[in-house]
Amino acid sequence: MASDDIWILGINMTKFGKHPDKDIVDLAAEAAMAALSDGGVTMKDVGVLAAGNLMSAAAGIGQQLQKQIGQTGIPVYNVANACATGATALRTAIMAIKAGETPVGLAVGVEKLSGAGLLAGGARKADSDEWTPSGRYGAVAGVDGRIGTETMPGVFSQVGMEYGHKYGGTSFELFARISEKNHSHSTLNPMAAYQKKMTLEEIMGDVMVAYPNTRPMCSANCDGAAAAVVVSGEYLKTLSLEQQKRAIKVSASILTSDPYQVACQILPDVNTLTRLAATQAYEQAGVSPQDLDLVELHDCFATAELVHYDNLMLCDEGGAVDFFESGATWRDGKTPVNVSGGLESKGHPIAATGIANIWEVCHHLRGEAGDRQIKDAKVGLAHVIGLGSACGVHILERSAA
Amino acid sequence: MAQQVPLVDYLVLGDDPHLVANECTSCGARFFDRRNACASCFGTEFKKADVSPTGEVRAFTIVSFAAPGIPVPFVAAVIDCDGTSVRGNVINTPADPEHVSLGMKVKLATYEVGTDAAGTEAIGFGFEPLN
Ligand SMILES: [Zn+2]
Repeated sequence: MASDDIWILGINMTKFGKHPDKDIVDLAAEAAMAALSDGGVTMKDVGVLAAGNLMSAAAGIGQQLQKQIGQTGIPVYNVANACATGATALRTAIMAIKAGETPVGLAVGVEKLSGAGLLAGGARKADSDEWTPSGRYGAVAGVDGRIGTETMPGVFSQVGMEYGHKYGGTSFELFARISEKNHSHSTLNPMAAYQKKMTLEEIMGDVMVAYPNTRPMCSANCDGAAAAVVVSGEYLKTLSLEQQKRAIKVSASILTSDPYQVACQILPDVNTLTRLAATQAYEQAGVSPQDLDLVELHDCFATAELVHYDNLMLCDEGGAVDFFESGATWRDGKTPVNVSGGLESKGHPIAATGIANIWEVCHHLRGEAGDRQIKDAKVGLAHVIGLGSACGVHILERSAA
Repeated sequence: MAQQVPLVDYLVLGDDPHLVANECTSCGARFFDRRNACASCFGTEFKKADVSPTGEVRAFTIVSFAAPGIPVPFVAAVIDCDGTSVRGNVINTPADPEHVSLGMKVKLATYEVGTDAAGTEAIGFGFEPLN
């Protein structure tokens, strides 16, 4: 292993679901302590902590966590980057190691979202009794619902529909079948919030949230945390053979925001920045999409999964529908996608998601994924996108030790 | 007739209601909000540009769950108006997939949002089927 490589030494996720008896610090502590233990290190070894919790981003989750599991005076970075918060925390720890500030970093993401309901948009204020223009559009009244939608399901539904308009072949049923796959995959994942297999009829017949996404086609709000210990290659060399064998190489760690594209300020363009991140990641890792044994991508909605097949270049440009129809993304297919059940069934505790998807990939690369193990997995990719936008792509490889 | 104000400042009322964009004088990028600079070329000069009132539906969704206070269902869409993308609702047609489709031709239409205490009407816009 090269001295300047970055490795995941220890990683853990809590079970996703309802945790009414635990607060965000409990969940973060559970994941962080388990990740340290998994890596065979303690807080004494950690030189930097990056922590994310989106819903109370101003509360300083990193320091709150330190006060419960170990205050050692190290720098703490509290990060918030929409649904890419967890990936941003991990990348922050990695950057500190790459900068030579410390050989060991800890990244944590945690969220409590059970019962949170619909995200984004917020309540529209009642119209005032005097029309007074305000804001960047000089609006005299609330525009959500009057000029399009600000809800996440509505935005991502349009993202999928736009792909259909551009390339054809999409339908309500096609999107529902993507969801059927992920719910089927979830039955093998005991860490998932929901492990219920759903038929196509059940999915299509469920409550419509924003056409064409029904409720089971939307990411599930839930509680959870995930944490990872990252180390330099030089540091890893000083550890035991057992630790070296279970360490997972971070072959690429990329974060992008959306470059200007025509109309990107009308409907968020989740495509260009994902393609940009993927391109950089494949180049940094020296792997191609064909090399991937599994992919965990950001299926915040079934419509989003389809476009990301294309954005991550798992298929030819414009070929996402055919790619899905070929069965490629089922767990026994050519490029298994979201064998964890994805955000639609595993759940989406926002800031935890960007580390939990990396845990899933690591679990397979270590050969520790039990019933859902993708046989002989060597290379995997984890992708998240936070609207606004931020995109994180990590490529992970099994240790050769 | 009661006095009228547009729901947003980029809606121009009158006999020929239409939208007006802030167009970057160096690269032509169009924006609907108040600008500090151009997100594409970083230029700081803008001119007003009228947007075609007709276009086609490039993407849509039918929102059934929205924030409190927002009547549902409604059709939220992105309309390609002769090369300029516009966010707006598809109105004056039932909000279901039988009546709204990708590529559908539409035209700008205005409607009354409400009247304030002074009796002024706020006028909003949407896009209705062309045929
Ligand atoms: Zn410009």
